[in-house]
Amino acid sequence: MVGLVLVSHSAEIAEGTATLVRQMAGEVEVAPVGGDSDGSLGTDPEGIQAAIEGMQADEVLVFVDIGSAVLSAETVVEMLTPELRERVRIVDTPFVEGAFAAGVLAQAGADAAECESAALESRTESKLHGET
Amino acid sequence: MDSTQATISIIKEMAAAMEEHRRSLTRLDSEIGDGDHGTNMHRGFQAALERLENTDPASPSDALKAVSMALIGKVGGAAGPLYGTAFLRASSALAGKEDVSAEDVADALEEALAGVKQRGKAEAGDKTMVDAMSPASEAAKEAAGSGSNVGAVFRAAADAAAEGAEATVPLTARRGRASYMGERAAGHKDPGAASTYLLLDAAARTLESSSGGS
Repeated sequence: MVGLVLVSHSAEIAEGTATLVRQMAGEVEVAPVGGDSDGSLGTDPEGIQAAIEGMQADEVLVFVDIGSAVLSAETVVEMLTPELRERVRIVDTPFVEGAFAAGVLAQAGADAAECESAALESRTESKLHGET
Repeated sequence: MDSTQATISIIKEMAAAMEEHRRSLTRLDSEIGDGDHGTNMHRGFQAALERLENTDPASPSDALKAVSMALIGKVGGAAGPLYGTAFLRASSALAGKEDVSAEDVADALEEALAGVKQRGKAEAGDKTMVDAMSPASEAAKEAAGSGSNVGAVFRAAADAAAEGAEATVPLTARRGRASYMGERAAGHKDPGAASTYLLLDAAARTLESSSGGS
């Protein structure tokens, strides 16, 4: 099954998004990593690395919010062993919406590519469908 | 002084510079960013000093790698992965070398620049540390090519970085938090470009005070 690592500047945003995903996708492995190593706003590359390395899932999708979350996740992925790096992908989508879509697909047994493609739809999907 | 010892001295001087300029960097960052650059760089270099103590590096490459890991792990903001990548690429460029030549320094700076551009998806003119690092790399290459020693290569790089950092003042930002500010970011110096100058200046000063380096 596909697992998700959720990297946010804020511990609450990462935890909250994980709660949301788990509610719809209870069997999916979800690891929230929010805040810096002191627990302040920011990102913690060592924490991100530990979360990715600790995943039991065969394939791991990493979701990132803003700024240093992106840079930290990319730096960590570059430093992973080649074997692990092959199983890990950073997904270029809105944080909450992308993780939610991927989680639902993962729960249904989809592979990483299918989960990623569902998540990518959240980049362009209209919420109000033109009724502005 | 051998190259490993020189590298460690440079890193200590960089850490001192980040301590001394912590407030001014944070002030620059409060104007257009999230106001933590000075604090973050200080924290990162303090962690780098600790890691140097604990790992006892055997080569310039090892010492730079220790700094990289500390910056990536402890800075918390975007500067961590960016400077961490810069030091990591510089470390790779110097792998296997016990004695670092002027050309090696220029090569390491060029690799560091390439790493930062790749990681930050930034180019010159985006109002980022690339605007200091890019002219610094050019100047280092030119100085090394004309036979300067390591200290003079760092001095040429630092002077070019100072000009590059100054030239970010009128720019609007295309990367980082300041990019959300549009025209409002114009009129302020980029904090990352400012810290790049301070780091290169620290390197140059270290070697100048030990009679020009090797």
